[in-house]
Amino acid sequence: MSNPNPTPTQESQAVGAQVNPVENKFTDRLSHVLADLGKNGIFIALIAVVVLFAVLTDGILLRPQNISNLVVQNGYILVLAIGMVMVIIAGHIDLSVGSVAAFIGAVSGVFAVQWGLPWWLAIILSLGIGALVGVWQGFWIAYVGIPAFIVTLAGMLIFRGLALVVLGNANIGSFPAEYRALGNGFVTDVFGEFEIDPLTLGIGILAIVILVVQQVRTRRGRQKYGQDVEPIAWFITKLVLIGAAILFFAYSLASYKGIPITLIVLGFLVLVYSVIMNRTVFGRHIYAIGGNRHAAELSGIKTRRVDFLLFVNMGLLAALAGLIFTARLNLAGPKAGDGFELEAISAAFIGGAAVQGGVGTIGGAIIGGLIIGVLNNGMSIMGIGIEWQQAVKGLVLLLAVAFDVYNKRRSGGR
Amino acid sequence: MTNHILEMRGITKTFPGVKALANVNLAVERGQVHAICGENGAGKSTLMKVLSGVYPHGTYEGEIVFEGETVEFKDLTDSEAKGIVIIHQELALSPYLSIAENIFLNNEQKGAGGLIDWNKTNFEASKLLARVGLKENPTTKIREIGVGKQQLVEIAKALSKRVKLLILDEPTAALNDEDSDHLLDLILHLKGQGITSIIISHKLNEIKKVADTVTVIRDGKTIETIAKQDVTEDRIIKDMVGRDLEHRYPDHTPHIGEELLRVEDWTAHHPQDTSRVMVDNVNLHVRAGEIVGIAGLMGAGRTEFAMSLFGHSYGSKISGKVFLRGKEIKTRTVAEAIENGIAYATEDRKTYGLNLIEDIKRNISMASLRKLEKYGLVHDNEEYAVANEYRKSMNIKAPNVLVKTGKLSGGNQQKVVLSKWIYSDPDVLILDEPTRGIDVGAKYEIYTIINKLAAAGKGIIVISSELPELLGICDRLYALSEGRITGELPVDEATPESMLKLMTMEKPR
Repeated sequence: MSNPNPTPTQESQAVGAQVNPVENKFTDRLSHVLADLGKNGIFIALIAVVVLFAVLTDGILLRPQNISNLVVQNGYILVLAIGMVMVIIAGHIDLSVGSVAAFIGAVSGVFAVQWGLPWWLAIILSLGIGALVGVWQGFWIAYVGIPAFIVTLAGMLIFRGLALVVLGNANIGSFPAEYRALGNGFVTDVFGEFEIDPLTLGIGILAIVILVVQQVRTRRGRQKYGQDVEPIAWFITKLVLIGAAILFFAYSLASYKGIPITLIVLGFLVLVYSVIMNRTVFGRHIYAIGGNRHAAELSGIKTRRVDFLLFVNMGLLAALAGLIFTARLNLAGPKAGDGFELEAISAAFIGGAAVQGGVGTIGGAIIGGLIIGVLNNGMSIMGIGIEWQQAVKGLVLLLAVAFDVYNKRRSGGR
Repeated sequence: MTNHILEMRGITKTFPGVKALANVNLAVERGQVHAICGENGAGKSTLMKVLSGVYPHGTYEGEIVFEGETVEFKDLTDSEAKGIVIIHQELALSPYLSIAENIFLNNEQKGAGGLIDWNKTNFEASKLLARVGLKENPTTKIREIGVGKQQLVEIAKALSKRVKLLILDEPTAALNDEDSDHLLDLILHLKGQGITSIIISHKLNEIKKVADTVTVIRDGKTIETIAKQDVTEDRIIKDMVGRDLEHRYPDHTPHIGEELLRVEDWTAHHPQDTSRVMVDNVNLHVRAGEIVGIAGLMGAGRTEFAMSLFGHSYGSKISGKVFLRGKEIKTRTVAEAIENGIAYATEDRKTYGLNLIEDIKRNISMASLRKLEKYGLVHDNEEYAVANEYRKSMNIKAPNVLVKTGKLSGGNQQKVVLSKWIYSDPDVLILDEPTRGIDVGAKYEIYTIINKLAAAGKGIIVISSELPELLGICDRLYALSEGRITGELPVDEATPESMLKLMTMEKPR
């Protein structure tokens, strides 16, 4: 993959350039690429899973409809995975998200269907109640000091129970169309009807352009501050690969129904939360707390407040996941959200989060969630029963974490 | 005439990219106390891990001969079966188990039917405790006794395994002088019973006290082995650092200015047992450019005082007043203390000071992220630049600032902690045991940094259990005993004797 082509590039000016440039440049580059591959092992795993199932399903997996389904059918898990990985990075866990999603789905049914509130008001109120659920759990965890495992285990029972109470032993259905769009809607045909929707494709291309500009700017910035950057050839290769993936993705969506609303919501969340985790003081504090709570406290970080806000945020995202799921089924039922917490937690861990906290990324959790999604879709297409799907997913979780542990041990970490 | 219990010949151990040991030879004579000295990272611990089987046979080159036969240990159990027991710096005791249970962990005293015989366990344990001179009930839980006593339990545990060669890795690093003396006496006592010991230590005076032979290791190589009569501190230091260290402490001419920090009637109680006074009416002050030392034995309340002052991080029912430049300030939370210009670098950098899984850069910025904030976002390139500045100015030995702090040596970790606090730009820095577990060369660097900070007009409080260190670097000393300030002396009037007298002064009852 790495081309030993010795064209002079900016890299030769990198800080700490070695004495023996010809020899070292190649090994240097290679080690860069390998380190990158190690770091992005999860990305490689996603590609491997996609390729595997593309072959096993004779390409059905990659049909436009299935690509679109991948997002729509897993959107709520991915939303949960974002909040979950943040909670896990801080060294906690949240077992209640499935129940909270069911509870909020039921509550939104009361608002939007039984009370007939406008769809937007119903959504806002539901999200607000989700945040209140987070306030409740955050209070016990952050200010009373009860382990999150216990508080959210209790929450799992409490909110499942409350969901049943709200539903009163019946399903609530027939949501307003605008509400349903959250789970089922597509943005398409804005410029008229085409075989390939131009808007979807255009947004895909725009995304690629933004990605490239942003990556180049980051690279320039780093160079300006004298930091080491990856070899230019590898940098471009990576951009081309990612760009191609986005283009394929956009093309698939464009030739099916267009951009799912769920994807828009998800894309927005991924962007915002990635920035929060990487670039804001709050996000940094989460990593610091997860890495060493004592040290964080003694550095003046208000650990309780961070913990509290994390659970408020988790409540909010659990509520959103509940809305998306309810909208998709057009039904708020007692079984909703069953097992969501386990899929979200799996996504975070497959995506490289550490059980001890301090390590993990939003992007990793999303890719972890997508791996689970591809497994779900792929195996469903192949006609594999739910029983074996469960077993395979469990095995993948175990192997993913085992691989991670092995990798860390090899690199000398503890 | 020589009777070697142990010979390690031509030991070479490589890790990916690093040669940790290069052709090391070590011969230990039966019935002696053999000291191994070397800077952190010199390879002492690696050598001991090779010896005890932590690095199993086959992962290193060379030969180990124990009691005349070549041995190839696969793991710790293997070496323990031969009578080699290693006691690590971080004690490996289970806090919620009793002393007796710990002693016989994985070596349980079984009675009829393979069940544990508790009477026998406790009886045998008390016999072992008597041998190490520890007067504790064997059923006492480990967490209820101090570190000094825990160390003795470790030795009792080693004795229960019929130890022939006892390896102690920096046994006194966490002990006060009294406990250290007791431990060293015990080592000599065991020597009288025919037990050979290898002791790894930084502390030159204790090496001189107990060791019959000293081997110095530097950069993974044996430098020389010195017999007792030829041992001098200067020679050992020279061997360790590879150069002469004329002065152990850098020169320091104080330029003392106005009063920065004044603490009045500071009192704090034990966090659980709120009737117990841990810090008792402490009054002290620090001036700009001044290095003030707080000397006290283990349990005198040094750390308790500092942490209760720093954001009420320790204790309960805290009272007293704090003034900065004559103006009263509050330090009720760590954030408030930092905002008011106080910084506290902990004595236990691994547990309380660093995020070991995070890089140098993020550790340095941890307490001052707000400074790097621009439009609500952390300016990460600026952060890199700042960290890089500190890496250079503090001489943190790492290829770049993206190295995880868990991979640095103790001295370099301490420099990262100091960088973090210097970057927070405090008026007063409280440094709790700033050179604990750090080798001689790095100690000197830390002292130089402290001097520079004082020269820049900061007020420095140094807490240390090493009196020579305080006498070497401070301008003025306070003695602390049972939570009270028992005396205050300018450094030129203080002697180890006068300080020790103050430090052991008991409360009038």
